[in-house]
Amino acid sequence: MEKANMEESHGHIHHMDPEVEYSSSKLGMWLFLGTEIMLFGGLFAAYAIFRAKYPEMFLESHQELNREMGAINTCILIFSSLTMAIAVTAIQKGKRKMAGLFILVTIICGLGFGVVKYFEYSAKFAHHIYPDTNIFFSLYFMMTGLHMIHVFIGLVVLGVIMVLTFKGKFNEKYSTPVEMGGLYWHLVDLIWIYLFPLLYLVG
Amino acid sequence: MSEHTHSEARHITGYKTYFIVWVLLMILTATTVYVSYLDFGTLNIVIAMVVASIKAVAVALFFMHLKFEDSITWLFALFPLVLLFLLIGMTILDTFTRFFPIAG
Repeated sequence: MEKANMEESHGHIHHMDPEVEYSSSKLGMWLFLGTEIMLFGGLFAAYAIFRAKYPEMFLESHQELNREMGAINTCILIFSSLTMAIAVTAIQKGKRKMAGLFILVTIICGLGFGVVKYFEYSAKFAHHIYPDTNIFFSLYFMMTGLHMIHVFIGLVVLGVIMVLTFKGKFNEKYSTPVEMGGLYWHLVDLIWIYLFPLLYLVG
Repeated sequence: MSEHTHSEARHITGYKTYFIVWVLLMILTATTVYVSYLDFGTLNIVIAMVVASIKAVAVALFFMHLKFEDSITWLFALFPLVLLFLLIGMTILDTFTRFFPIAG
């Protein structure tokens, strides 16, 4: 602790006991993930209510969605979660290059997810299906769109973390940003795990 | 969760564990897609949500490392689920127990 205080007076960025800094980062991240769950929670509540009120509309409309593309995107996202998890373990073992490469693979998967989603949205627009078509498609575009925004934010975050990893900013002693970026990315995956069956499979 | 003494004792998940979890997730994804082609009536959504929840738990426990976290992290992770239950549960209760159905 005294060492940490001394470092602070010398203008170092670590103004906390590393252990405390790590656990507060982690708790802060989980708290933020909680707010994210609540953000999507409102939409899930809307989905539950409108599905109960208009089951036929949901059943009919969901058949317009491309189940195969949804399934492919699910696989892409789950795979990207795997590569991100591997990247975290790699940096915790001090393997910077491997960690950076696996973050890169994660980013490529995220971009792939975006490309598939782009084709899906285009196909919907080509069939004159828009967010104002009916309440199902309102929810579809809102939920997948909000999720897509999260994917893009995740890509920016992971991009920065990847560059810093390649620059050698992280190692086996300090890997907090990689871990926190990983948590965020897994949450994006987690939300999609629910969106996929609700929208594509059971409508 | 037990071997936490101090900073050095941080748990690092092995690559093999992640790989096994991934295989499990892929099997469950295939299952949920396959089941969606069959007609079980209202049971379809129940199966879909149960499978999704198993997947979510696997991601949280292993990919998100929750299995190896301390109790305060568990509290932070699980408390939003209580709020989510209240949000969705109370909205449903409100909507479907009104005397006059909401127009629209």
